[in-house]
Amino acid sequence: MQIIKNNQLIKNHWTFLEDESPVVDGNICVSLARWKSEKIQLLKHPGNLGVRILTTDDVANLGDDVGLFALVELNVLDFTDGRSFSQAYLLRNRYGFQGEIRAVGKYLADQAFYFSRVGVNGFAPENLQQTQMTLNDFTGFYQ
Amino acid sequence: MYQYNHKDQILIEERVAQFRRQTEQFLNGEISEDGYRNLRLRNGVYIQTHSPMLRVAIPYGVLNSKQLHKLAHIARTYDKNYCHVTTRQNVQFNWPKLEQIPGILAELAEVQMHAIQTSGNCMRNTTSDHLAGVSIDEIEDPRPYCELIRQWTTLHPEFDWLPRKFKIAVSGSRDDRAATQFHDIGLHLVENDAGEIGFKVLVGGGLGRTPVIGQVIKPFLDKKHILSYLEATLRIYNLFGRRDNKYKARIKILVKEEGLEKFNDMVEKEWLLIRDGLEVSDARFDEIKSHFKPFDYDKKAAENTSFSMYYNENKIFAKWIEHNTVKHKIAGYRAVFLSLKHPETPPGDLTAEQLDTIADLAVRYSFGEVRSTHRQNLVFADVKQADLFQLWQLLNVAQLATPNIGTATDMICCPGLDFCSLANAGSIGVAKEINEILDDIDYLHDIGDVKINMSGCVNGCAHQSVGHIGILGVDKKGVEWYQITLGGSSENEAAIGERLGAAVPKNEIAPAIGIILDVYIQQRFHEETFLETVNRVGIEPFKAKVYANY
Repeated sequence: MQIIKNNQLIKNHWTFLEDESPVVDGNICVSLARWKSEKIQLLKHPGNLGVRILTTDDVANLGDDVGLFALVELNVLDFTDGRSFSQAYLLRNRYGFQGEIRAVGKYLADQAFYFSRVGVNGFAPENLQQTQMTLNDFTGFYQ
Repeated sequence: MYQYNHKDQILIEERVAQFRRQTEQFLNGEISEDGYRNLRLRNGVYIQTHSPMLRVAIPYGVLNSKQLHKLAHIARTYDKNYCHVTTRQNVQFNWPKLEQIPGILAELAEVQMHAIQTSGNCMRNTTSDHLAGVSIDEIEDPRPYCELIRQWTTLHPEFDWLPRKFKIAVSGSRDDRAATQFHDIGLHLVENDAGEIGFKVLVGGGLGRTPVIGQVIKPFLDKKHILSYLEATLRIYNLFGRRDNKYKARIKILVKEEGLEKFNDMVEKEWLLIRDGLEVSDARFDEIKSHFKPFDYDKKAAENTSFSMYYNENKIFAKWIEHNTVKHKIAGYRAVFLSLKHPETPPGDLTAEQLDTIADLAVRYSFGEVRSTHRQNLVFADVKQADLFQLWQLLNVAQLATPNIGTATDMICCPGLDFCSLANAGSIGVAKEINEILDDIDYLHDIGDVKINMSGCVNGCAHQSVGHIGILGVDKKGVEWYQITLGGSSENEAAIGERLGAAVPKNEIAPAIGIILDVYIQQRFHEETFLETVNRVGIEPFKAKVYANY
């Protein structure tokens, strides 16, 4: 599977684990709930760790754990729910997250440009080509 | 007025290209119905009863003659030769074809206009005082701040998908003519004890289904912190505003449910974390202010007093002067209202010919600029008194000089059932009937300042809840009924109208308004206005007469 990272199409190097699925090799990403309950075991995992958060999660809850992740996935279940944009802003600007912030789920290709401007640099969208194209819709902005 | 620089121009052109691509993709089935709906709304495109409707932004109600000519051209080429001025100082076209809209937007971009964020759950056009920069009670011109906010809100990456729409208004004068108490955020320029100018910030006001008067969240905000304060408020709203029920999603509900004190704490905490990084520099303010310098006024304008001769000789002209013009801060000038409430036309409508005429008259008499008002009229803000008689004659020919500004026939009215897919009652037809009743009994001389606002449904586009007389269309089993409220106001002493009683059927609404005004005339003391009388005697005497036969 391919994703967009830093404006380039690249191969995806991450596996998202459903809450009941066994841990696999390589880079793994889990839900915030699973992270909270299995943190100690997961920290022993040799690959990189990521966490997937919902728009209803408070990113402040990640607390100091933020430094333990190489990936935070923002899971958009409804594209009209714009909380993900503030979550990305907070992760980058308030909590100093340096890793990849990836937008996953059901968002519009045309929202990618906005995501890219609040700190999202990875996209696993429904429509890869359309999404990549929209990232270059604007050459300037006010904010 | 503000002139686009290269960057501003490129941005709106790129927006047009983006919307053109989105529309093509939609027509080719490459974007879902729901996805495109949300994208087109952010470009001012609604689908209404009969056809798409395009809402064009008039930032804080300021436009020039070149833009008016362009609106005339669009009305002629893509619409049925007219447009409609809204209560948010914008302009709507009711009959464009969807596939033509990208082309219309490209034409608008040629004259520095756009339809960005004129609908959808995002930050909308910032509104202001139609007498900004010329009124005698002004603390400071609000337009430069509106422009700063226009830029900041435009394509803001974090706040384009809010729980619900978000409206900001800025007022710079002692009399609030921008209804700041009925906006999600109202900004009122004030002077503190140290003589510094800043903002009094109100939050959580709004009309629509649950009208609420905004509360003061910050009595004095230093101007340089305006953007950080807005950002903090919007972030709290975006993260914590309700998204489970669209009728409870406005910021007013969040403020109500959390309580002002707790909401204030949340905003304050957020604000302190970002404040210092987002200060607006004096150089930035100065740059924007340089676009709003006073015009090169004629210093001898006050010496020509010929207009007082016409005033004494011509009663109709005198009436127009009294109702449709107001004092200007420069001696010898007046601000002139162009009434869009001619008895023969739907409130707020303008034909292509009228738009062209207004554009030409603006150049001749008012430095080429025009303002739109939130009561759906237009203003020439800078007219020399020596030109008033001639201008009045020309406006008369164009049916733009009905001397009714601020009177009962200066009704605010939404397009209602006649056009809108949301409405459940007609409003334009009823407005006409009310007009006829008012004219027939020739109350106008006697009843003075009465603001009638009428909406076709509870969405309240015509702000009926703050009309001195509010009329709201409701649907009862497919039949149109009308609810009446009395005593609302969007001025300094803001108030939400009180319901008079059960809704009345369509054929009784116009007579009911006649009865209400009769009661006022019987009850008033001396020079008392309608609103003052309602506030003193309450609604009972009105209720008793209107429902006498029930």
